[in-house]
Parts: sequence; structure tokens; C-alpha cells
Amino acid sequence: MTRIEVNVDGVAYSDEVEPRMLLVQYLREVVGKTGTVVGCDTSNCGACTVHLDGRSVKSCSVLAVQADGHEVTTIEGLASNGELHPVQQAFHDTHALQCGFCTPGMIMQSVDLLAENPNPSETEIREGLEGNLCRCTGYQNIVRAVQKAASDAGGVS
Amino acid sequence: MTAVEERPAAEIGHPRRRKEDKRLITGRTRWTDNLTLPGLLHLAMVRSPIAHARVTSVNVDDAKQAPGVMAVLTGSDLGEEQGSLPNAWPISDDQKAPPHPSIATDRVAFAGEIVAAVVARSAAEARDAAELVDVEYDELPVVLDLESASQEGATLAHPDLGTNVSATWVFDSAEAGTGSNVDDAIRDAEVTIERTYRQQRLVPAYMEPRSVMVDPTHEQITMWSTTQIPHILKLMLALTTGTSESKLRVIAPDVGGGFGGKLQVTPEEVITLLAAKRLGRPCKYTETRSETMVSGHHGRDQIQRLTLAANRDGSVTGFKVDLLADMGAYLGLVTSGVPILGAFMFNAIYKFPSYRFTCTNVFTNKTWTDAYRGAGRPEATFAVERMMDELATELDMDPLELREKNWIKHEEFPFTTVAGLEYDSGNYEAATAKAKELFGYDDLRREQAERRGSDDPVQLGIGISTYTEMCGLAPSRVLGSLAYGAGGWEHASVRMLASGKVEVVTGSSAHGQGHETAWSQIVADRLGVPFEDVEVLHGDTHIAHKGMDTYGSRSVTIGGIAALRAADKVVEKARAVAAHMLEANPDDLDFAGRQFTVKGTDKSVAIADIALATFAAHDLPDGFEPSLDAEATVDPDNFSFPHGTHLCAVEVDTETGGVKIRKYVCVDDVGAVINPLIVDGQIHGGVVQGIAQALYEEAIHDDAGTLVTGSLVDYLVPSAADLPSFDTDRTETPSLTNPLGVKGVGEAGTIASTPAVVNAVVDALRPKGVRDVAMPCSPFHVWQAIQDASTGGPS
Repeated sequence: MTRIEVNVDGVAYSDEVEPRMLLVQYLREVVGKTGTVVGCDTSNCGACTVHLDGRSVKSCSVLAVQADGHEVTTIEGLASNGELHPVQQAFHDTHALQCGFCTPGMIMQSVDLLAENPNPSETEIREGLEGNLCRCTGYQNIVRAVQKAASDAGGVS
Repeated sequence: MTAVEERPAAEIGHPRRRKEDKRLITGRTRWTDNLTLPGLLHLAMVRSPIAHARVTSVNVDDAKQAPGVMAVLTGSDLGEEQGSLPNAWPISDDQKAPPHPSIATDRVAFAGEIVAAVVARSAAEARDAAELVDVEYDELPVVLDLESASQEGATLAHPDLGTNVSATWVFDSAEAGTGSNVDDAIRDAEVTIERTYRQQRLVPAYMEPRSVMVDPTHEQITMWSTTQIPHILKLMLALTTGTSESKLRVIAPDVGGGFGGKLQVTPEEVITLLAAKRLGRPCKYTETRSETMVSGHHGRDQIQRLTLAANRDGSVTGFKVDLLADMGAYLGLVTSGVPILGAFMFNAIYKFPSYRFTCTNVFTNKTWTDAYRGAGRPEATFAVERMMDELATELDMDPLELREKNWIKHEEFPFTTVAGLEYDSGNYEAATAKAKELFGYDDLRREQAERRGSDDPVQLGIGISTYTEMCGLAPSRVLGSLAYGAGGWEHASVRMLASGKVEVVTGSSAHGQGHETAWSQIVADRLGVPFEDVEVLHGDTHIAHKGMDTYGSRSVTIGGIAALRAADKVVEKARAVAAHMLEANPDDLDFAGRQFTVKGTDKSVAIADIALATFAAHDLPDGFEPSLDAEATVDPDNFSFPHGTHLCAVEVDTETGGVKIRKYVCVDDVGAVINPLIVDGQIHGGVVQGIAQALYEEAIHDDAGTLVTGSLVDYLVPSAADLPSFDTDRTETPSLTNPLGVKGVGEAGTIASTPAVVNAVVDALRPKGVRDVAMPCSPFHVWQAIQDASTGGPS
């Protein structure tokens, strides 16, 4: 077992973990952040996407010990003071989710995408979300949500 | 989201943002795998890596000694208690099916079948110990190819059955009295088109892997499961394991997609139930995606031999369909009936005078198949829409003109089809005209001609699909006539609480469809209460005690109507109290905008005040039960028949085989619309699943029966980058079979889009002599088709 110190959604945690434990398992099973979900075992689906020091990572592809000393933001830490993050709001406004299982990862990836490119084209959005699979929406409204979040934030889109 | 949306004049038809979203976009969800209980134990399954073998020994000694292990269960341990997994749809009296134990006892029949289950204190310990279970297999020959499996002398998937043929099912219009003899039509035809199409095997690929948790520590055993069918599951678990139905409670919490893939009674559910009962401790099993791929049921997998007979003027005179359907190794809940659902749809929107459908269900040593979005209807629609394009080519007619020549005219409804269904309504002319205009059909045809003329290496293809489908499964009498094991009704109750808030309980349990929003809209309109005041409860057999669950585009047309009827009964109860309060005759009261008003006066009382008065019960009419609760069970008289016209333009690079969708237009007629946001979303997602079949997905087994597309690395669920945006629009021809005029929309997109895309790909390659491309139309398959056409090889 190895001791790690991780800040998750603004709270400092200190835990003993098995070296083989994945970050997503740590978040779900130790910290109780079940908003982050597991959809595959090959890092294809992106459902487990979180931010590590502000950049998106697939938390199934990061060991918990690699997060030692770092900051993790999950879908549960995205809203602040009861206000939805603009990307969360845009997903709601444009009906960008159906079953909602991919949604946490999709939102976290979209936030990262917009941080990198505040005014993406449709093609850039589609390519930026390539690592996140959705089986319900056909992606059309997810693309719209990202466009809406971009334009709400002042981009032209 | 905190802001209250502007209140519309009517909720029905309003693009309400969904109630469901808040928990889903903030991660405060209740997926089954999120749930835990004190003392929870975890299961891991040991699965056969071999497709067909005698199991000669299962040595669990080392696994039992591993850290944290509480039990290791084998087939012989479970014995008769595990029963045989149910098939609720025996399609013939002499249907053959092997026993289907949850844990194999002496033989495995597909790679992925469970041979042992480990129960341990943590999921990691269970998986570690599962590696220590030592199974010895004596390999048997496998039969994998559907075509050869159906023939005499084939290797047998189940030697004890003596055949691979499970059942044969025939519909003949001459025998049914719905049309003439198809053999005569083919004999007398001026033109016949014969083709064989392959519906490749698909994986439903819902994003949430399956999970099940069972708590046996109460008087009643509670199961949480990632299921579409909590009610059916409860009954089937009782029948399978001998547990009393009244001692079981099944909860489907948040469920992450299903698409038919969670319309099943699974071995994993039975094993987890029995493990929990035996150990007296809560148990949970969550599969990995790799396990989903091999053990969740697959879909499609048919060979269609088709003969279309027609006159030279384009009028079709008969359609003969010979189907081989791959069951895989076992019959799941409705495996055998899936092809039969298609039997009624091969004639689609057309007035074919004669029709025969013959289906042979065949066993192979592969994962068993069952319902996948559309279930039988996408296959049928693909066949007929591809054949209409082939006939158009043969006759040198525009494929839209050919369709119009044969389809049922708007003024001809209601129309009894050659398959024996009565289509109540439809307007194929309107949907097609709108789609043509949006698509720019004539301009694209001109561009196509130019590219053909210049021998452009990138050719343009235009594909058409004028589909219909049968929705709202199903009238119970029809299901009875098809030997299905249950009815097709749906139940709802509506309760007006003392505070004026409303609870709606529906037996149709959602897994992404948005029932909570749509039912709220329906009931808010009927009761005149605010949308926000309606709460929709579902997915727990204790709360929604009756139900037939969610599949077959049935929810709104049956479950939504049940909610409407229950709400109307509440209004009638409230009317009696209102009359008493207003000292008026109930017939003299108008109900509108949440108020009962005495006609011609300003005397009125609000329904919320009636709710409180009923709760207090201090002064009610004599003999009135103090309750504003009502329930309704709706059994539909008929299916509903959505239809539409989908037009697809693709660019095909004839040098690389690459296919790019350039434009996709869909005009769907799903009848009256409760919530256009939700309807458009269903169409988007449905269209993509159909495109995925046309261009990307296929479950492929190697010669030994191992699934080689066993993860999302190899099985190509399309991403956002693989897809275009679609132009969606609607026409609205109300269904006449229910009071809202709704038709159902869950499967329409999937049914429509596959033939639209493949027709487009083939259309692009016609100048190369190509007349078919095997699905999925991958670059390799496209390139292969071009090579075959140029060398006179198979097409």
C-alpha cells in the first residue's frame, strides 16, 4: 500500500492505496465520487474523463499513485456555489444527453476543449470529442452544446 | 437551470428541457454500480474461452483459498435451483431449444459462457481468485457460419438436439387471405430481382456496462439491475429460480442506455441472486466492457434471400422473403421472435399484392442474439428499400418515382397490408416532398450526373429510404396470436397529493428516453397543474407495481396514454368534489386551466383546493372515497405506424473505398409530438445507430469462435468525428389509434437510416458495375466490391 495526498474537487484527501489501483477506482470507491463512471476497459469510451491539474485525462488510464500531490476535478466539482458550469447548463439547454452515462466525461472533455480553443469550429469540436463515445444522442446536440457554451462565453462560434 | 421556464399555453408540444438532466449533468446519479450496502460481497465470473467444449472438470480449490474469497459456485453447485434461462417467445409448437443454465454444467456452447462464479469481499479479490479456477475442457467441433449451419449434415451447435434448426415460421398472403400467391406472381412477372443480403451481427453497446446487486437480508429480496424490464425480470426470476414472485422486488435505478440489449433475463442476474440467497449477504456483480461484448446478447445476424416480382411499368406484383436467422448458442428472452417482428414489415409502405415470408431460426456456437434497436424491423426495411433501388435501376426509373408508384396513397388509409396489418394513417407524399426539398434532390442528381460524366474518382451517391414501422408493442391479442408469453398493456397511476402536487407512477421504466419529462407534460396538461408540480416515479416494482417496461417504441403510445387516462379519472373524481363544494351539478362544471367553473358564472374552485378538501375529507359528497388517486391499464387496439423519408448523399472515393456522408435529411412522421426536443434527440441517436450498421460496426468471430471485435478498440462504435450533422424535420399525421395521436419514435431513425446510407454507397458505385456492398461499407468492403465488379467476381 502507498500513501497518496490528492485534492479532489477542492478537498484534500490522504489515503493508503494499492499501487495497482486506478484513479477512477480511487475516485469511486475510496473518495465516493461516483459521478465519474467506468464505461470500458480499453480507454476508448472516455466516460471516466476528469481533470488532473486542469487538463482532461481518462481516469481509467491513470494510476491513483500518479495523482499523488495533484488536483483532480470531477463532474461533481464543476458547479460552483450552486451555479452550474456554463457547459453543464449548455448540455441541459440543448438536450445534449439522454441516458446520461457518457455525460460526465463528455462535459469534462468539452470544458477542456473550450479552455484550449474558446471558439472551435464544428469540425474542431467533433475532433476534440473523438475520445468520448455516446450511444444515445448521435452527438448532434452535444456539438450544439459546446457551440452554445462557446458563444455564451463570448466566442463567435 | 434554476430559472423557471416561461409557461406555455399547452405543455404538449412544448420543447421542455428535461427534468432528468440535473442529476445526470452534476454526477449525482444512481447507476447500479454506484450503489453499495454494508457487508457487500462482489462476484467475478469465470468464462469459457472456448466456443464449444465438454467441461471435464472445474477445480476451485485454489480459488477458495485465495484472500477474501467467500464462495466459488459452479454449475453443479447450483444444480436445479438455477433452472433454465427463459425464452418467452416459442414461435412454433415444435421449437427446439437446449437447456440454458446460468452456469454451464457439463458443456459450453459459446466463448464467454460462464463456468464458475467467485464471491469475495472485494471486486479485485474476486477477479484475482477467478484467475485461479482451473477448468479443463474437451474441445468439440464448432459451427459458426449461419448458412452452413442450416444445412443437413452440418456440425451441431448442440449435439443432443440432432439439428441446428430451432424452428421455421411462415407467413403466406395466399394462405392468410391477405393477398395472392407469390409463386404465381414471380412466374408471371415481367421483371424479377433476386438478391441475397447479409445483416451482420451487431453489439448493442449501451454505454453503461451491466451491473446487478442483490440484498437478501429482508423479508423480500431486492435486486437492483441495469435492466430495461424490472417487471418482466421479477416474474421471470421467480419462474426460473422458484423464488416466490411476491418475495422479490426489482429496481432499475438510473440505467445507462439499453437499445434492447438490456431487454433480457441474464445469467449474471440469476447467479447474483442465488449467491446472495445462499450466503445471506448482499452481493454485486459489475461486468467489464470485454465481458459485455461476449456475454451481453448481440443483435441482427440474418441472411435474407429475396425475390421481388414486378411489371415493366414499375408496379410490384410480389415479394418473397427467405430468412436465415442466427440465434447464436441459446434462445434468450425473445431471441426466436425477433425475426418474426420483421415479418410484418417487409412490405413496408407498399401495396404489394402477394407476399411470402419464411424464416428459419438456426443455432451456432456464438453469443446468443436477441432484441437490438428495431428488432426485426430494421432488417426488413433494409431488404425492401434496397430491393426497390435495385428494381429502379433495372427499370431505369427514378427510385423515388418507383416508390411513389407502389406506396399506399394518403387517401387510401386505413389500409390493410398484404402482411395483415391495418395501417390507420400515413402521408408518404407529404414527408417525401418535404425531404426532397430540404435535400435539394434535383440539384444533387445533376451533380451526380456531372461527376459520372467526368469519371471523377470521388463519386456522389444518393440513397433513399421511405420507411414505416410498427410501434407500440403491442396489442395483447396480437401477441397471443404470435405465441408471445405475455401481454402488451401498460399501467399508470396518478395521485393528487394534499398540497396539490402530483405523483405519476408509470410501469414503463425509462433508461434515457425522458419519460419523467414527457409524462409530466401530459399529466400537467390534463390536470392543469404546473409542469414542475408533477413527479414521475418508475423503475421499482414496489412503487410501480404493474408494468410491461420499455422497448419496441411502446412507452408513449401505451404508457403515456395510461398516464393520460389515469389523469382524466382524477379530473372526474375532482369534478364530483368540485360540484359538492360549488353546490352545482357535476355536468354543469367546466374544467380548464386548473379551475372548475360553474357554466355561465364566475363561481369556481381550483383543483389544488379540491385536493386539500379531499385530503381533509371533512365535507365530501355522500359515499365519496376520500382520494384523488386513479389508475389505468391500457391495452392498445392496434400498433401505430410512424413513417418518413430519409435521403442520404455520400461521397465515395473509388480509389480508397472511403465513404463520407455529405448530407443527410430526415423527415419523420411520428404523429403528434409531446416534446420536440426529445423527439429530435431520439431521431439523431437512432439515425446514428443505423449509420453505424451501414458503415462501421460488425461483431466478427474467428474460425475457433472467438469474438475478435471484443472491445471498443475493434468494435467501431462511431465517434463525433465520424459523423455529420443531420437536417431533421417532421410532418405530423396523427395516429388514429390513441387519443393523443402519438406514434412512438425510439426506433424510427435506426430503421430508416441503414438502407438510406447503403443505397447511397451503391448508387455512387453503379457506374463501376457495383450492385451491392457488404455491410459495414468499410473502405475494404467498398474497395472489394469495386474489384469484384471489375473482374466479374461476386457482388
